[in-house]
Amino acid sequence: MRTRRFVLFGGLATSGALIVGYALWPSDRLARFDHLAAGPQERFLSNWIKIAQDDTITVVVPHQDMGTGIFTALPQMAAEELDADWNKVRSEQAPADPEFANAALAEGFGLSREGIDPQSMPPFLRELALRGFGLIAEHMNLQVTGGSSAVRFTGVYGMRVAGAAARTMLVRAAAERWDVEPDSCSTRMSRVYHDATRRSFSYGELVGEAARFDPPLDPPLKSRRSYTLIGKSLPRADIPDKTNGTAVYGIDVVVPNMCYASIAICPVFGGKLKSVDTGVISGRRGVRKVITLEDAVVVVADKFWRATNALAELAPVWQDNGNASINTAAIYEKRRSALDLGPLVEDLSKGRGERALEGRIFEAVYEVPYLAHATMEPMNATAVYHDDKLEVWSGVQDGLGARAFCAKIAKLSLDQVQFHVTKLGGGFGRRLPGAFNYLDYAVKTAMAIPGIPIKLIFTREQDMRHDYYRPNVLSRFQAAFDDANRPVAWINQYTTEDGSNPEAHIPYAVPNQLYKSVKVNTPVPVGAWRSVESSWHGFFIESFVDELAFQSKVDPLQFRLSLLEHKPRHTAVLKRLALEAGWRTPLAGHHLGVALFESFGTIVGEVADISVDSHGSLQVHRITAVADAGTTVNPNGLRAQLEGAIVFGLSAALYGMITIERGSVVQSNFPDYKMVRLKECPRIDVVLLDSDAAYGGGGEPGVPPLAPALTNAVFAATGQRFRSLPLSAGPFRVPGGSTLVR
Amino acid sequence: MVELKINGLVHQLDLEPEAPLLWVIRDEIGLKGTKFGCGIASCGACTVHVDGVAIRSCVTPLSAVAGKEITTIEGLTDGGPTAIQKAWVANQVPQCGYCQSGMIMAVSALLKVNPKPSQDELDATVSNICRCGTYERIRAAVAELVASAEG
Repeated sequence: MRTRRFVLFGGLATSGALIVGYALWPSDRLARFDHLAAGPQERFLSNWIKIAQDDTITVVVPHQDMGTGIFTALPQMAAEELDADWNKVRSEQAPADPEFANAALAEGFGLSREGIDPQSMPPFLRELALRGFGLIAEHMNLQVTGGSSAVRFTGVYGMRVAGAAARTMLVRAAAERWDVEPDSCSTRMSRVYHDATRRSFSYGELVGEAARFDPPLDPPLKSRRSYTLIGKSLPRADIPDKTNGTAVYGIDVVVPNMCYASIAICPVFGGKLKSVDTGVISGRRGVRKVITLEDAVVVVADKFWRATNALAELAPVWQDNGNASINTAAIYEKRRSALDLGPLVEDLSKGRGERALEGRIFEAVYEVPYLAHATMEPMNATAVYHDDKLEVWSGVQDGLGARAFCAKIAKLSLDQVQFHVTKLGGGFGRRLPGAFNYLDYAVKTAMAIPGIPIKLIFTREQDMRHDYYRPNVLSRFQAAFDDANRPVAWINQYTTEDGSNPEAHIPYAVPNQLYKSVKVNTPVPVGAWRSVESSWHGFFIESFVDELAFQSKVDPLQFRLSLLEHKPRHTAVLKRLALEAGWRTPLAGHHLGVALFESFGTIVGEVADISVDSHGSLQVHRITAVADAGTTVNPNGLRAQLEGAIVFGLSAALYGMITIERGSVVQSNFPDYKMVRLKECPRIDVVLLDSDAAYGGGGEPGVPPLAPALTNAVFAATGQRFRSLPLSAGPFRVPGGSTLVR
Repeated sequence: MVELKINGLVHQLDLEPEAPLLWVIRDEIGLKGTKFGCGIASCGACTVHVDGVAIRSCVTPLSAVAGKEITTIEGLTDGGPTAIQKAWVANQVPQCGYCQSGMIMAVSALLKVNPKPSQDELDATVSNICRCGTYERIRAAVAELVASAEG
């Protein structure tokens, strides 16, 4: 092993960038890990696992806690392969340091994008690919929490292998001490046993010696049948602190002598600050400084409310950079005409493509609105700048990426920036790289008042009006039917902000397909919003399929099944869903709608059970979901994610719409950007099909089917087809009332 | 000087009478469990008890609570976690957890006046927002508390 690595990667080693195995570093580099993140009694056995002499095992998680349970699920995966005593396993946030860049994630994204199964690659190629991905992760400062990737990438390519490698090293250490063959040793409950002589050592007793070995590249992994921890609904370790007020979020960070900063950002996208008369607040109690940035005014004061109240007294003069004429209707027209006029770029063509569009043709156009993330914790960051050194605290979805971003803003090297990641009061994509405006403003504010730590907090109004929105998207479909009423052509053209989306591709057996996209950009900033492209293509595809079922006069669930004979997992989900939701036996006056969507490696089917009374009042009674997420690590945790995703999708489908007038966002707070609350929340039933398929993602896949299941149910109830969202913009009275006027 | 009684302790504060209770609790007293969510009494993340009643502290000026008993999530204790907090853990309610201090304070105020709320009563009374969507688990936890109150 050692020789082969030397031969293959000697060149890399001399450049100081040797990467070993599935994101596992060699032992000489582990000393740096010990220095960065180990206590006096602890040693790292790989970059994700450290073991203390008292047998405590700490799994270092290269993600952030936004409540999805990965600080339990990932240790579960590592502990499984390590044969660890779960009672002695804890988890810890990886420092925002390049040493802890998440190579497993880069590898997972890379492989899934290429459609390559690493297990199918010859070992030689596999190693090469893996080492390469390690380099990519470090280069990209990758520590991102997104893409429903923690379990299926970090867990599969990182944690399981790290656990298995550590186990192998501990066995080797014990075998050397006893002078026996490693094969004659076994492990269970954090001990290595030599059964023949009835001797054993605890992992803590062996860790010093085990740490001398390099982690093996290809340690043997357990078969699924022998799992004892994976598949168990172990309680989440982060929950007790989230019931007693002690969990620390970015907004809770305390730095001695800290001041507070409140910001007013130019309301018009792309606009700038022209001038501001600060005289009106000079001498106000607590106000320390007024800072003018290129596109914002910041008041720094000793208290946040004093800063905010003083800021409200200012009347900044903005210059709109020609964007003041932007509004939702004009953006819609721009996208609509782009669909008509192009240039449309072909993404995928199957069979005869567009040439199959003949005979009976059905066409429909759909639209989704801009959406804000509206995390419960408004964006915030704390920063202090002093003597060419910057220290930042914030809850972000990529600690290492955020550190690199702050360094760039401050024009410092990575070494001059310290970044502390806190818990996140909601993420949903808002705190990903590419959406770091709050870090940008906090760093610039800190640099304008050196030596004073400042905590910059967006008010809810600033948070809602300066988000990176789920984009407004239009999608046009055309379908042709054969004489037996089966769809034979599926033609789809959609708008995009960044390129073609594989999420638009359907699982259904339609022989001729064509997908084209047209790029339309506007000054409205856009970003990833829980389930990203699937949040719109899920609505589009599952609405259009439902319309085709109606056109074909076939039951919509049966219609889908008839087009999924080649997809056994999809079929199994739908059939179970029909049973669980009582598809054939709705209650009197109730109507059901179904939708099915695969995203992030997980297939989710949902049925909405609704009624609409004679006054047009819509009631959502129950959502039933069936999911196949492949091998499930923590079933209760996955169920929680699906329940949450359904509520997230429901808020969007019922109320969610960000509108733009005069270049600015109209909505500002929860009264005009409504959320589902207890009173509007339907009963939710989630059933998991634990299948033999690979590990699927958990955080996002429950979102896409919700909106189409709901609008399909509304169609079943009323014959009214909603081709745009939200429902509150339509003629019905939705639960919780409507505040939106279209 | 304003006198404020929080979780049984008395504090003397040199602050404007209009200072919002939320920020006083968080940044003057240093109890960070009470959260800022909207600033306009809409989301409930800032819910605390004033004389046992759930109120939204982000719009409550200091002048309105002088001399009254204020309880925050940190003061909600039974010599350890309360039955509500235990039910929250047993049902694995929180996700990101940011809204849960307010949620628990709202539920505990309800249970004080109505120890056995129906689901409709719970839904109608507790209007706090949970963006992670933990509502079904909140209902399950409260149903468990109701069942044990009956048992």
